[in-house]
Amino acid sequence: MDNALDACEEAGALPDLFIGIRKISEDVYRITVEDNGPGIVPAQVPFVFGKLLYGSRFHQVRQSRGQQGIGISAAVLYAQLTTGLPTVVISRTDPKEKAHRFELAIHVETNEPHIVSEKEIDWDRTHGTRVEIELKTSLTAKKRLLEYLKYTSVVNPHARLMVDVDGEKLTFERVSADPIACPQAIQPHPHGIELGALKRMAEASPAPLGEFLVNSFSRVGKKAAADIGAAAGLEPGRKVKALSADELKRLHAALQSIEVPAPPAAQCLSPIGEELIRQGLDKEFQLDYVKARTRPPSVYSGHPFVVEAAIGYGGRLPAEDRALILRFANRVPLMYQPGACAITQAVSDVNWKQYGITQQGLPMGPLLVLVHVASTNVPFTSESKDAIAAIPEITKEIDLVLKDLGRELKQFLSRRDRRKAQDDRARAICSIIPEIAAKVSEIVEKPLIDTSPLEGKIMHRVVAKKWTADGNVYLSLRNYTEKEVTLSLYDLSPDEGAGVKPKPAYMDRAGDEYTRVWQVKLAPDEGWDASYRGKGGGRIDLRGVEDTQKVVVDLDV
Amino acid sequence: MSKQELDTRAAKSLLAIAEAWYRQMKAGEIPYITLPTRTKQNIAFDDQTEVWKYGERESMRSASTEKSAVHLLKMAYVIGFIRQQLRENRSSTLRELYYITEGWKRAKFETQDESNYLVEDLEILADIPREGFHLRPEEDGAGVFGPLRIRESTRRGERILHCRDDVGESGYQIPNNLETVELLDHSAKFVVAIETGGMYARLIENGFDDDYHAILVHLKGQPARSTRRLLHRLNEQFHLPVVVFTDGDPWSYRIYASVAYGAIKSAHMSELLATPEAKFLGVQPTDIRVYNLPSDQLTEKDVEALKAELTDPRFATDYWKKEISLQLEMHLKSEQQAFAARGLDFVTKEYLPTRLADMGVL
Repeated sequence: MDNALDACEEAGALPDLFIGIRKISEDVYRITVEDNGPGIVPAQVPFVFGKLLYGSRFHQVRQSRGQQGIGISAAVLYAQLTTGLPTVVISRTDPKEKAHRFELAIHVETNEPHIVSEKEIDWDRTHGTRVEIELKTSLTAKKRLLEYLKYTSVVNPHARLMVDVDGEKLTFERVSADPIACPQAIQPHPHGIELGALKRMAEASPAPLGEFLVNSFSRVGKKAAADIGAAAGLEPGRKVKALSADELKRLHAALQSIEVPAPPAAQCLSPIGEELIRQGLDKEFQLDYVKARTRPPSVYSGHPFVVEAAIGYGGRLPAEDRALILRFANRVPLMYQPGACAITQAVSDVNWKQYGITQQGLPMGPLLVLVHVASTNVPFTSESKDAIAAIPEITKEIDLVLKDLGRELKQFLSRRDRRKAQDDRARAICSIIPEIAAKVSEIVEKPLIDTSPLEGKIMHRVVAKKWTADGNVYLSLRNYTEKEVTLSLYDLSPDEGAGVKPKPAYMDRAGDEYTRVWQVKLAPDEGWDASYRGKGGGRIDLRGVEDTQKVVVDLDV
Repeated sequence: MSKQELDTRAAKSLLAIAEAWYRQMKAGEIPYITLPTRTKQNIAFDDQTEVWKYGERESMRSASTEKSAVHLLKMAYVIGFIRQQLRENRSSTLRELYYITEGWKRAKFETQDESNYLVEDLEILADIPREGFHLRPEEDGAGVFGPLRIRESTRRGERILHCRDDVGESGYQIPNNLETVELLDHSAKFVVAIETGGMYARLIENGFDDDYHAILVHLKGQPARSTRRLLHRLNEQFHLPVVVFTDGDPWSYRIYASVAYGAIKSAHMSELLATPEAKFLGVQPTDIRVYNLPSDQLTEKDVEALKAELTDPRFATDYWKKEISLQLEMHLKSEQQAFAARGLDFVTKEYLPTRLADMGVL
């Protein structure tokens, strides 16, 4: 999947992926991934899938998803070792070309591709690649798998994922029609180069040292190249190909030691962007609130990186549980080892209480925290690539972005609490106090108190009420605001509305439900009443006045 | 106060609460109530009456939020219900009240705790004990045995009973509403309040009440209100000394404290329920040592409780400081029935006479 999304991105296409998992026998499943990417030229196919560590993009310095997986050829090998079956690859690069279908395996002794069969076939996709692998596995981690797909969809809102998990079909729809700008590869930065990579670059270069440094590294000019040579004690004219292991070591040390500007991050990184994260989260989680923030790019040890994060609140998130933390590295969800991850650590290091969120280590409540770290080289804690290492520069960026979002969340929460308190008061005054008044009047055996002056004095809103008594349904409106209002009162009810007065401006019937609408103009302090014969039930709504300016109460409920 | 008077006063007080709300709403105000804050932080020792009462802190509850408004609505319903009950001269248990609210729609109670708590609020507001509302708790009162004559007005008329000659071996059962009981006369010299049923039965069997002219009252652990009310009245009306005989552990000392000074939950009624003159008889930590009683090691919780009592103003006397420190030092506790190790008569023939003489009761 990662490879498929990367391929589409490189081709500037909107990804249309099919992911299929089908049970073949007790413990054998066929996994199919199909994309609409640019396809792979037939001559390359056996190497891409049939040779370990072939890595067409291995040494490129840019953000890509492919860093995370075990590698497609390792998957081919795993299938071969567990089921003995070759992997089927269909690829087509152009509508004018036919598709090629391969059956591939790996010669284990020589690590060379073994082509079991190859033929041209007709295929309904005009370009793209399809891989079918049959391997021994189980579906015990199905929940994780679905989460993985859901989270992948969140951070790839430009992709459509069609999924078929053993007959259970799901579609993760795309919400953005803009393909992601493909990150451009840049030259390695002198601070970020590893000795092994330096060795390979040197072996492949015919140039002398000075020229080699300027041409092969970003941010290295003539001046810096001379400094590096001097620091390593190497003549600029030396052929890099001929450098000894010891000299290369010195050169490597010199590269780290000199001061050069940070690498150009903008072109080699592709953050998702605030708007798309928001859309992605909105699509997969129904939230009351979501805000995303993308930090400016930054650098650690010569590797550009960018941190983005989002906070979602409310909606269908469980109210009591720990916050849901979604971790991503280069747009790939991290599913395992949350405890070891710098993201989890940074989230629990934030003092959430100051933002109105309870906290027990991790924040609690109906909260979702998404953090995406994109880099040309995401630092993982181990080979399994499940957790991001706690690099101080990265931890600091995560901390900054979370605090930023936390402050905004706090504003939202306090606004919401104020609104809640007001609504709460409104319900107390317009709906419960009249009941208290009725009961108290009964106890003291005095005339029923009219509580409407109380409402008016305190509410300063438009109050709509509905209640049922003696086989009649009553509706009332009171304008306690200081302005004249023009209102539409909607009454949806199972009662036919016999003897209704005043006559509604509009009446309709749909099945067993009757709709009545009145248009009412009310001066400040003016009231309006209506009634009809009926048993009550149904509901009323008021339009033409802002939510904060109205109170709608059903006294029968 | 007679039952009649109490009923009349209760009806009047409840009506006054409703009338205050009526006036407030009539004046365009949101109805409210004011209550003392019912927490441990707001319990103070009243030097004059020597009981624990609610302090100065008050909280106002006005119907300006949905929750508070519903609380007042429930209160209004309960007031209406109690007035009806008083008019018809009927009564109900707190549990029945909880079920009765089923039909009250929005005023329905969610839990029994809620109805208990609300009734306590009403006791404070109306300044009337719940017996005046004809509401009684679920648990039955404990027993009393000894040379005491009472008159109880029951549904089937008045009954005059002698609490030894007219009752069985387990004594006269104290009714939930002690206001229906009149204490007529007695031939006792003192009252012994006993924590456990085993020791209560032992004293009856050994004829301790007869030999020493004692009224025996069974506390049944933490005593119910009616039991404490009886001790209070025996002390107040007949000026009889009251001694409290419990196990020798920190929890039993608290039983003594609630008899003598009152409990937090009912601090608004301390004056009616507490017997400040009640003295602690034992088992004292000293007794464990002197009589070499069979004992158990203190648990961690026991130690914690003892240390808490050292800082509790109710135990801030030299006597308690000495005894509690001794117990912490010995790290032992004993039950009152441990005296049986010295023979079944030991407690009535040796321990109690000696201890009561030391206390100046005999």
